[in-house]
Amino acid sequence: MFTLERRVEQSKSWLVFSPIMAIGLTVLSGIIIFSVLDKDPWMSLYTFFIQPLTTGFGFTELIVKATPLILIGVGLSIGFKANVWNIGAEGQFTMGAIAGGGTALFLNTQESFLVLPAVLLMGILGGIVWGMIPAFLKTKFNANEILTSLMLSYVALLILSYLVHGPWRDPGGYNFPESKIFSDFAMLPILLEGTRLNLGTGFAVLSVLIIYILLSRTVLGYQFKVVGLAPAAAKHAGFDRVKLIWLSMIISGGLAGLAGISEVSGTIGQLLPSVSPGYGFTAIIVAFLGRLNPVGVLFAGLIMALTYIGGENAQIEIGLPAAVTGLFQGIILFYLLACDVLARYRLRYKPFLKARDRE
Amino acid sequence: MDVVAIVLTIITASTPLLLAATGELITEKSGVLNLGVEGMMLIGAITAFAITTITDSAVLGVLAGAAASTSLAFVFGVLVLIFLANQVATGLALTIFGIGLSALVGTGFVGIALEPLPKLDLGLLSAMPVIGEILFGQDFLVYLSFFMVVLVAYFLSKTRLGLILRAVGESHDSAHALGYPVLLVRFLAILFGGFMCGLAGSYLSLAYTPLWAENMTAGRGWIAVALVVFGTWRAVRVALGAYLFGTITILQLHVQGWGLEIASQFMSMLPYLATIAVLVLISRDGAKIRLNAPQSIGKVFTPSR
Amino acid sequence: MESKKTFGLVVAALAIVLVVVWFLAQKKTDEASVSETKIGFVYVGPIGDHGWTFQHDRARLEVQKALGNQVKTTFVESVKEGPDSERVITKLASTGHQLIFTTSFGFMNPTLKAAKKFENVKFDHATGYKQAENVGTYSARFYEGRYIAGVIAGKVSKTNKIGYVASFPIPEVVRGINAFMLGARSVNPKMSISVVWVNSWYDPGKEGDAAKALIDQGADIITQHTDSPAPLQVAENRGVKGFGQASDMIKFAPKAQLSAIVNNWGAYYVERTKAMMNGSWKSQDVWYGLKEGMVEMAPYTNMPDDVAALANKTEENIRNGNLHPFTGPIKDQSGKIVVEAGKVAEAGMLLGMNFYVEGVQGSLPK
Repeated sequence: MFTLERRVEQSKSWLVFSPIMAIGLTVLSGIIIFSVLDKDPWMSLYTFFIQPLTTGFGFTELIVKATPLILIGVGLSIGFKANVWNIGAEGQFTMGAIAGGGTALFLNTQESFLVLPAVLLMGILGGIVWGMIPAFLKTKFNANEILTSLMLSYVALLILSYLVHGPWRDPGGYNFPESKIFSDFAMLPILLEGTRLNLGTGFAVLSVLIIYILLSRTVLGYQFKVVGLAPAAAKHAGFDRVKLIWLSMIISGGLAGLAGISEVSGTIGQLLPSVSPGYGFTAIIVAFLGRLNPVGVLFAGLIMALTYIGGENAQIEIGLPAAVTGLFQGIILFYLLACDVLARYRLRYKPFLKARDRE
Repeated sequence: MDVVAIVLTIITASTPLLLAATGELITEKSGVLNLGVEGMMLIGAITAFAITTITDSAVLGVLAGAAASTSLAFVFGVLVLIFLANQVATGLALTIFGIGLSALVGTGFVGIALEPLPKLDLGLLSAMPVIGEILFGQDFLVYLSFFMVVLVAYFLSKTRLGLILRAVGESHDSAHALGYPVLLVRFLAILFGGFMCGLAGSYLSLAYTPLWAENMTAGRGWIAVALVVFGTWRAVRVALGAYLFGTITILQLHVQGWGLEIASQFMSMLPYLATIAVLVLISRDGAKIRLNAPQSIGKVFTPSR
Repeated sequence: MESKKTFGLVVAALAIVLVVVWFLAQKKTDEASVSETKIGFVYVGPIGDHGWTFQHDRARLEVQKALGNQVKTTFVESVKEGPDSERVITKLASTGHQLIFTTSFGFMNPTLKAAKKFENVKFDHATGYKQAENVGTYSARFYEGRYIAGVIAGKVSKTNKIGYVASFPIPEVVRGINAFMLGARSVNPKMSISVVWVNSWYDPGKEGDAAKALIDQGADIITQHTDSPAPLQVAENRGVKGFGQASDMIKFAPKAQLSAIVNNWGAYYVERTKAMMNGSWKSQDVWYGLKEGMVEMAPYTNMPDDVAALANKTEENIRNGNLHPFTGPIKDQSGKIVVEAGKVAEAGMLLGMNFYVEGVQGSLPK
């Protein structure tokens, strides 16, 4: 009989090996699926995973797509570690876009280098405020944050819809639901000419570093970890659970808000009825794929982005139906999650115990 | 204003939420968080629709839909209980997978129209004004949904098996020490959740709007998950939550039809805000909440011998 | 158990797999033919929506059929508006597609951005208002169909109330509502329209619920500006009548559908493709309707013969220019005259319509 036994410490080599095994299994499944669909399996795998990385454009696009996922994912990982379930990152992202975008529209005629910092700051604040609501409701009224943050996501989306269809419409836009295009002063600078790589990516990398340091080197980080793993011990040690809940929602809300304004001031350039294809929810997967570790989140974000871009690529290059890309994405995730077990648990062979040998 | 018609619409809107949420309730009570509700509902929906189209039998369709969702739940169970994969991420992956698979299977079924599920007709009883249609004129899935709520409530609070389920959800280590088969209980709970999601999905594609459209759940799976939390993991409360949400959703549409001066987006916000408000009101008693929330939810169980 | 050797072997194995995949794929890319013209299509929804995107894809198939192996069409479904769409459009442009149709308003700025980078590629953007040297726009005068539908409704309705299941308050939708109202009032001044906004293009359950709410409030004609057949199904179920949207939905409502406003992009797409192939493609801003065949009405059914005849006559009049749906006098909800008697509403007013005409209940977000 095989059993899984928790390792004392994560195995370093399996940490790397498990994703490789997952990739191997994915390749195998891909061959089967694509053959069944009558597509050349090698070409399909190539267009899905390798081709997006072969051009400079493809590479930068991967990073551009991964940036919001990483920013949000890093913020979420803190909260999840502390057992604070922020499912409403999508709403905080949207509020960040609204607050920052609104500032950009308000300052549209100003020509100052202070506009961008103001816009970014307001974006972060927007996310923070939206994240504070579930924190407040949880600490004051014991209301579960899963529900409050999720419901508030829908509310945020509707607020955006109202603003973009109504008061914030571009007056020169024939009443179509789009805001004015932001002035250059409110836009994030492009890092690489000819691509869409912008400062938002810089924020993402910075956030990974800062949160990594926070978690591994500070007392606060330690508190986050303990309050999640052993709440009773945390209480005994005098960790302020209320403060930690507030902080984790503020951090994750702020980062999600930053992701929102970065997206709107980076790649989009205006406010639209929809500014996110579900980043807030995808980032949850990214956070867990990355094992709630900022560096892991960085890689997980890149992997996740690759599955999206690879899917688009497959539609364009080999005419793979969009549904299959979703299917394949799910399968990749299944393998990654399943193979992960080997990094944290050891497979042990135990001879089958006879009935009377059991306790 | 035709109150009966409004009540009927509310019942239709609330039933899929109720079915899915009740299933997820059992899953969560055993200590497992399955965020793949949306994906399982969609698989149930397309399978039910496909089988009904092919065999002309709604009963077979519903059974097939439930079976399909249960199979998907089985995959989830294997990943989460045997491979010890992270529950949250696996559930979300399940949703992505389910959306893709259902869309793929469904490509051949777009544009097909089916007759809605037949409604009960008890002759005189059903013809009674007001309560006739409401109580005696529903299709069998609606009656099943109410029955399941009662069954689940009874199961959880009054039966030994329910007690075992709750024990497993409270503390899997203690339950294991007591000799309860933790993994088996959780597995069955997960399968039950999948089964109910299948029924919910079947309801969508066979009764609510008898057609197949990609992603036709439109986020209802997420609402169902939220409703379990809203109902503080108690079956009757979850059911009430489903109906609260359904009622406000329908009412806001009606109010819009009156031609008020309020922007429609604010009206559409009402169900979400109302749910938060009610949750805040009922959560004030922290002790009671903790009594019902399964403490080991999301935590991984490794049997130690 | 996990020795460095095993680890190293696995990495080597993976590297081999990657190289093999790459190598085998290379063989295929070399074989790709270069002689055919590649046309790209970017869809905002799934083809399976049986509505907006479904009709665009049918048009794509028409192009494929009409031009056979001279063209190769590529399509990408469910592309979200925003940064994703810019990437997809750019990708299509950079992989040899010479004409790209972007089929949703929200793709407007992404299309323009991509067009700047690829000046030799031609783009045709649906329902937009910005053009460039290599970006043309096209849209359909759906409101012509709405007007006819209104005329039919005015004759067929007994309660004089129309229920409108609407998506978002954008000019195109408002235009449709107004045209419907004008058509209905042209035969019956007592008609009124109630609008319910579902804040989504596509959510069959909600659309159906909205239809039910409207019917419960007395509407006996249901029409919609959302994508699924759900509202019509509800109409069929409740024994009222309605109109299909974007595609003929008679299968879903054999007794309820009076007609449907069908989007017919095929002829235009073929025309534009041919123009691109023979070098005559120019950026233009077209707004075609019944006359050019971009808008079609599904057969008039489930109505008395004289109503069908009237519908046909109205269609005829619009087609040959004798009748423009937005001919004055047109009053807004406050009674103010916005289009004078005998005059036709200007293109600017039509394009950016943000007010209701008399008879429509409720108000629009300002």
